[in-house]
Amino acid sequence: MRAADALFKSLEVEGVDHIFGIPGGANLPTYDALVDADLRHVQARHEQAAGHAAEGYAHASGKVGVAFGTSGPGATNLVTAIADAMMDSVPTVFITGQVRTDLIGTDGFQEADIVGITMPIVKHSLLVTEPEHIPEYIHEAFHIASTGRPGPVLVDVPQDLAKAEIDYAPRTEPVDLSGYKPTVEGNLKQIRLAAKAMANARRPIIYTGGGVRNGNASAELRELCDTDDFPVTSTLMGLGCFPADSDQWLGMLGMHGTRAANYAMDEADLIIAIGARFDDRITGKLSEFAPSAKFIHIDIDPAEISKNVPAHIPIVGDVKLVLPKLTREYQALQTDSSRLDGWWSRIKAWQGEYPLTYEPGTDGEIKPQFMVEMMHKVTGGEAIITSDVGQHQMWAAQYYGFNQPRKWINSGGLGTMGFGLPAAIGAKVARPDEQVVCIAGDGSLIMNIQELATAVNEEVPVKVFLMNNGFMGMVRQWQELFWSERYSGVENGPSPDWVKLSEAFGAGGLRCEDSADLEEMMVATLEHDGPALLDVRVSPRENCYPMIPAGNAARDMVG
Amino acid sequence: MASTDMVRLEDLHAGRSPLSGRKHVLSILVENRPGVLARVAGLFSRRGFNIDTLAVGPTEDPDISRITLTLDGAVHPIDQVTKQLHKLVNVLKIRDMEPEETVAREMALFKVSAAVENRAEIVQFAEIFRAKIVDVSRRALIVEVTGSHDKIEAFESMLRPHGLLEMVRTGEVALARGGD
Repeated sequence: MRAADALFKSLEVEGVDHIFGIPGGANLPTYDALVDADLRHVQARHEQAAGHAAEGYAHASGKVGVAFGTSGPGATNLVTAIADAMMDSVPTVFITGQVRTDLIGTDGFQEADIVGITMPIVKHSLLVTEPEHIPEYIHEAFHIASTGRPGPVLVDVPQDLAKAEIDYAPRTEPVDLSGYKPTVEGNLKQIRLAAKAMANARRPIIYTGGGVRNGNASAELRELCDTDDFPVTSTLMGLGCFPADSDQWLGMLGMHGTRAANYAMDEADLIIAIGARFDDRITGKLSEFAPSAKFIHIDIDPAEISKNVPAHIPIVGDVKLVLPKLTREYQALQTDSSRLDGWWSRIKAWQGEYPLTYEPGTDGEIKPQFMVEMMHKVTGGEAIITSDVGQHQMWAAQYYGFNQPRKWINSGGLGTMGFGLPAAIGAKVARPDEQVVCIAGDGSLIMNIQELATAVNEEVPVKVFLMNNGFMGMVRQWQELFWSERYSGVENGPSPDWVKLSEAFGAGGLRCEDSADLEEMMVATLEHDGPALLDVRVSPRENCYPMIPAGNAARDMVG
Repeated sequence: MASTDMVRLEDLHAGRSPLSGRKHVLSILVENRPGVLARVAGLFSRRGFNIDTLAVGPTEDPDISRITLTLDGAVHPIDQVTKQLHKLVNVLKIRDMEPEETVAREMALFKVSAAVENRAEIVQFAEIFRAKIVDVSRRALIVEVTGSHDKIEAFESMLRPHGLLEMVRTGEVALARGGD
């Protein structure tokens, strides 16, 4: 069998039914084999977007997302998506074409050392040197991408090797790599110790992250939180794993988190970190982070434990396996939740004094926060929301109120503008029966606007709600607050005409300039047959609050 | 309730300081595949870890190579370094060598300017350090010396006043003592 055909056979064995990509010279054999393959190829318009679509697909489905690109520029265009998948631990496999083996190292046409370029931003990568290795490498790539702490794996396939004939037999044995054995079970002694510490805590808080979503452990988290009256907060990446409508929910923590969540972290005596990595957007000034707290840190990646904040009770394992054990151990202790009453009255005081709030718009002005609340209303709070990066992302995180996991898809770690639209396409391909809405900023959306062509041509009916303030809003906000209002490179001006642009792509387009029309126009956009964009003209200079200025402590929140 | 009283939060400690304050020799077994050294070296530069010495070579198993590297535990959290290294799929085993239980050796070649009048003294030093003269020319000698890092440092300091023209040192290589 031709190696390229064996590649697709191997993908089928892995259960792949959708891939995202763009062909070119070096991956012609793969695209030729695609003609006979039993899966759907979504033809993107830029490889970066193919990569983000694969990420959106993985986020929404929990399966491995797959993106194809050719050699050279095709591969380098994937780099941002690969880095993004690394930072947010998204299970993805990137398959690139490479120039013929006799051209490697000669600066051949469209040659780039993509394995070398991506080495610091992949979980693993494989350069095919023998055509017989292709099926084996594909299975290794899926195994590594999807197990342990998930992440991107790159497989680079030289053109001549993809054309070669090999003996192919479907793999039946599981992949076994001697240098790769994730610890999943969690040490029971440590789990017991953690339960006892939780039982003795007077001011505990559960701090969750994207690991709960990656580990599909939302139900297990809820069971743990049901055992007692623990307050719960989450990072941006973990939103939805714990329901925002629960009384125990304090809102998101971190730079644009709620005061209640950040103050509770600041005063906690015990922080139970679950699948979270104490990123600088969470801790602020590290030396003043949670000064009175002891830390239980549960994570599947041992290198995350004590990386930024020293853990008192480290537990390495898969949250889906560790949390039920912790729940069991905790229940056995028969604690009295009234010991938390004092803690809750303090938290409730913060919640009462500092709710998430904004000045309502007057004379039809559309406040960005109001726009997010209206999105919640028209989607019933049930849509899959993808986001770009900036103020709109933070407002969506603050005001949408996610109650289910895998409904909130955004670029957290790398903060990639232009992520939202391609990610929405990937999510909609994965979940065709769900409403998928991209909340975009006007600075971000244009970075991958060409993907409207993908949405139209591939008939993927995603909806874009554009929060248009005419600025690179978050940068403008920082220049206003921390750079003496010396605005630099942040005005987007009147171009483009988003409605005409959408229509030019063959998508629906509407513009909303009055808050009274917003609900109706959002509904019309959602009901439009096919992809559609709603250009919402929001207050141009609204700032996103509250916030912890970079490098400050939670105590120093402003706004 | 009695059992819960056994763990008081005040009694929990976060373990030892991440900085050990001494030199560490890491012996790393890796798959013998193209690009593995680049992955290891790349990891060090990406995480801001500085390698002091590095030696790479085959092992008794042709599929496995050994990377021996030394780094300063006063500035690098060794625990974090080894955990990050473990995440590389091609890394099979890492051993943070205990100084007392390790035989560690380094080799160096020194080219010394050796006029007739001080040649005898250099040869004498070489004998004391069990070094070998491996090349002799009219103006210079090449001396080969093997030993611990400190011994080579000491030998270098003896030779330097005579006019050290060039030197080359391998990284340290190390094996654990005993039969395991």
